[in-house]
Amino acid sequence: MSIEALGISKHFGAFAALKDVSLRVETGELVALLGPSGSGKTTLLRIISGLEKADAGAGMVRLHGEDVTTKGVGYRRVGFVFQHYALFRHMTVFENIAFGLRVKRRSQRASRQQIREKVEQLLRLVQLEWLAGRYPAQLSGGQRQRIALARALAIEPQVLLLDEPFGALDAKTRQELRRWLRRLHAELHVTSVLVTHDQEEALEVADRVAIMNAGRMEQFGTPAEVFHHPANEFVMNFLGHVNVFHGRVEGGRAILGPMEIDYSGRPHATTVPARGLVRPYDLEIEHHPNGKPGFAATVCHINSAGPRVKIDLTAESGEAVHVELAHERFRALALEAGQQVFVVPREVNVFVDEGQG
Amino acid sequence: MKLVLKQPSILPGFGLTLGFSLTYLSLVVLIPLAGLFARTATLSWERFWHTVTDARLLAAYRLSFGASLAAACLNLFFGLIVAWVLVRYRFPGRRLLDALIDLPFALPTAVAGIALTALYTDTGWVGRWLALLNIKVAFAPLGVVVALTFIGLPFVVRTLQPVLEDLDPEIEEAAASLGAWRRHTLRRVVLPELWPVMLTGFALAFARALGEYGSIVFISGNMPMKTEIVPLLMVMKLEQYEYAEATAIAVAMLLISFTLLLIINLLQWWSGQRHAAVR
Repeated sequence: MSIEALGISKHFGAFAALKDVSLRVETGELVALLGPSGSGKTTLLRIISGLEKADAGAGMVRLHGEDVTTKGVGYRRVGFVFQHYALFRHMTVFENIAFGLRVKRRSQRASRQQIREKVEQLLRLVQLEWLAGRYPAQLSGGQRQRIALARALAIEPQVLLLDEPFGALDAKTRQELRRWLRRLHAELHVTSVLVTHDQEEALEVADRVAIMNAGRMEQFGTPAEVFHHPANEFVMNFLGHVNVFHGRVEGGRAILGPMEIDYSGRPHATTVPARGLVRPYDLEIEHHPNGKPGFAATVCHINSAGPRVKIDLTAESGEAVHVELAHERFRALALEAGQQVFVVPREVNVFVDEGQG
Repeated sequence: MKLVLKQPSILPGFGLTLGFSLTYLSLVVLIPLAGLFARTATLSWERFWHTVTDARLLAAYRLSFGASLAAACLNLFFGLIVAWVLVRYRFPGRRLLDALIDLPFALPTAVAGIALTALYTDTGWVGRWLALLNIKVAFAPLGVVVALTFIGLPFVVRTLQPVLEDLDPEIEEAAASLGAWRRHTLRRVVLPELWPVMLTGFALAFARALGEYGSIVFISGNMPMKTEIVPLLMVMKLEQYEYAEATAIAVAMLLISFTLLLIINLLQWWSGQRHAAVR
């Protein structure tokens, strides 16, 4: 079942939550909507589900080609998973999962025996058979979310929509559930959209990632695409730590803070403001200049607890710079705080202020 | 092993606060109640029984409990709707309406009684039209129900409001996304969450109605065997200086009320059991 949300706009009072956003999700795909809070990602998900309606006349939602823009959530047969689980407190786990099967019209409702079998099958799927008789308050957060997922899957939804499903869980549980969701999706192949503000989660779980900001979609592509070829400064900034060097481009060169590099993207002689973004692990540290463009800096702080060594430096020009090194390289350099070193960028993403110059 | 009775707490001295609570409770509640029973005990058993099973009093019991029950039921239904509207919707005048709910708390009940009587007599603004339909409210049992409904409404609304505010709209959305219709959602998801607190509101409104006197003596007309309530008969006994008989009625009333409230509490405990067990 494919999902198409086309030209969606949504206002809450004077606030524009979505500005002409379009999203196409292919059958069986898992797409992550990634963005900071207030970027409109949850609103887009809720509009796809039918829990929210787009502004009148502004946008269309199609599920498997069928226009469902005016249809309610009950008609769309979507499985919706909420951040705070939204389990029915007064029902057992079994009753929670069976709810969607029991509220069906009498003519479509399965027999008691069939419902029991279906619920047991779903409990096996989420690996929580032994919790059938418990109440939600007796479960851990991770268990609750798995039950909520089983409940959503009970109605055999056309699409599965997950609104920050792991947002309320601790880091370790979140990581476990992420992998588990990935496996579950590989097994079921139900078209899914996942909303998250955690870039790591989005890049790890999704087939494709849509990055949203201030009601617009900034980029839509595979995790590798958006990570290695960010469409703009926001995307690169949002997908991980970066060092930002302010400066300008002119005549095929980019002068960015303490360094100067070749920049072929703009050969004109005019001067335009620009910023160079460099990931901490794309900066190399040398004891002496080695002929490549770079800049001198002083080591301020070293944190070697972790898979990589994190080093804070101050450039000659006063900017704070963060570098991440592999442990072997760090040992070979024998760095200490206060030491004078030379920083060489391996890869700089230059973003020019368009519309100027 | 030493038995640990007190948990570390910011309130000073467990002994002191418990002692204060007991003293206070005794002074304000227990001693007057004990006096009530002591005074009643001056009657012979036979006289007591004769007093509390008087035909006129039996009729008053029926009216008092019947009308209180009816009013509490009405309040439960309409109070739920009012609380729902106040919590879930934003509309001009909402704050005013919200403040109006407390009016029956603050208004001297006699004033309410006079106002309601004026409205509902055969010549009153409302009573005039009801008279055309042959419905008699003022000076009839129905008037008692009307007055008690007025008195009890805030108890239900104010009990339900905070719980409704805490009720997560997401559970309704979850139910809707699973294909449940509105009435399914209401019956199987919302109401079960509200049951315990609805019972509390019901019990409060019911208890308040049982003790009401001021407004009813105006609207009921106080016709023997027809529209007399139990508190009225107590006052009549007092006016005839039959103090022991008056307390005997009070004791009877107290025992019945206590039993009823106990039953409601048990129901509440039973329905809250499932939640309580898992917290």
